[in-house]
Parts: sequence; C-alpha cells; structure tokens
Amino acid sequence: MSARLAVAVFSALWLVALAGCGERPQAEATYKQGKYQGKPDTRPWDDAPPAYGSAKWTQGDKASWETEIKTRNLSQNEYVRIGQ
Amino acid sequence: MARMKFLCDAERCIECNGCVTACKQENDVPWGVNRRRVVTINDGVVGAEKSISVACMHCSDAPCMAVCPVDCFYRTEDGVVLHDKDLCIGCGYCFYACPFGAPQFPQAGAFGLRGKMDKCTFCSGGPEADGSEAEFKKYGRNRLAEGKLPICAEMCSTKALLGGDGDVIADIYRQRVTVRGKGAEVWGWSTAYGPPPAKPAPGSKS
Repeated sequence: MSARLAVAVFSALWLVALAGCGERPQAEATYKQGKYQGKPDTRPWDDAPPAYGSAKWTQGDKASWETEIKTRNLSQNEYVRIGQ
Repeated sequence: MARMKFLCDAERCIECNGCVTACKQENDVPWGVNRRRVVTINDGVVGAEKSISVACMHCSDAPCMAVCPVDCFYRTEDGVVLHDKDLCIGCGYCFYACPFGAPQFPQAGAFGLRGKMDKCTFCSGGPEADGSEAEFKKYGRNRLAEGKLPICAEMCSTKALLGGDGDVIADIYRQRVTVRGKGAEVWGWSTAYGPPPAKPAPGSKS
C-alpha cells in the first residue's frame, strides 16, 4: 500500500515538475521583425481645422491640407513678404 | 508633397537660441532634454564663426528606425519620423545610431535612471489622439494637425531655419542664395542701406 502511495505521489510530483517545462506565448500580438509595433497614428488632414486661427482645409482631404501648409510655408520667404 | 524637412542657413544663423527656447516652450520639454540645439564652430574667430541649428532631421532612411530593438519608430505619410513612447524601452541604441544626436533621454532619480526616448516630432505629436492631453504630455504639441509648421522654424528671427515641404524650402533657399550673391552682399549692406549711389557719368561735374 505504501509503495503504491509512493508511486502515486512520485508520479504527481513528476507531472507538476514537467508542467514547468511548458511554454506559452506571452505576447498576444505576433512580433514582426522590422515592422512598426506601436499604436496607429492619425494623419493631420484627418482632423478638422481648429476653430481658432486662420487655417482652413477640408477634413479628410489631403490636397487641401497640403495647399494650406504650402501657403504657410511660403510665408517663410521674406523676399516675397517684403513689398507686400 | 515631398517630405517634411528642416534646412538651416549657416550664413544667417546668429546663435540666438530662439529656436531652442521656442521648442522647449511650445512642447513643454522637460529639464535636461533639448530637442533642438545650436552648434557653433570657430567660436569667436572673426569671419569664420558659423552656427547651425540641429534637431532630428527626419531622415528618409533613418538609422534610429533600423536599430530599434522593439520597432517603436514609424514614418508618417509626410515624411516625419515619430515613435511610440509606450513601446520604447529607453535602451539608447537610437542615440548611438543617430548622426545628429537627436534622441534625448530624460534623467531622473539618484542613479541616472534613463527614461523613454524623447526627440523632435516636427511639431506633429505622436500616436495618440490629435490635440489630446495624452499626446501633449508624451510628445508635445501637434501643430501640423492645426495647419501650422514647426515653431522653431516659424519663430526664427533671421529666417535661418526653414521647415516644411522639402521642395518648397529648397526653392526659398535657392532664391535666397541667388539674390544675396557672395562677398559683401552676403552681409546685406545694400539691402539694409539701399543700393549704392549711381556713379557720375564721365566728364560731368560732381
């Protein structure tokens, strides 16, 4: 009887010890080497222009946002600003 | 549109550090972190002193992106290199890889604890809701989403620092170089005091 009990206990301990050898994936998402892993970002033209200020573009329209930015960009050229 | 770029005109930069101050103010950059710096060579040597304002150059083939072990960098459609601070582990590889020393690491605590990387965002925030408090706290202000350009370039008093679409600022710089010529014209004497007086015709009384 004691021998059976010893075998049972030994087997149980053996199973518990073996359970530690198992490996489960710790990250939910699959890592892809060389690919951005962070959160997605929105694009500037996806937002509506702020209520304050003079910036105007159509929400979601990349071309109109670029036109607005280009106008702002050209204001850095003082050769254009002088004489206006 | 091409790609968003910075261009600094070393003939115009007067080392006022206005760009550095404007950046720190606009983005609430913590003490010890400089997203932008002014570098001067030949300091004090008359005629040879040159200054240039340096920050992240938003490289087209960015080495920081290549070496990041957790791949927290991304490039936006308009060519701005940004990163996700929630993913950054502050290892500092990007600092070693960057030729401009752009990545900065806030230090806190008694043992020089290195925090998550912080760098110039071209004033376009990061991967949080545009204009949100979370975005401002992590990355600073998102001026591109407001239809504006980086504050450093827009605040530059001598317009040495240009920022925006690479094609547009290249055209501005090209026109500038053509107009100002070389030699004494670079200093702008004729611009400041008007064109030189016309020489009297030969034979006329002075």
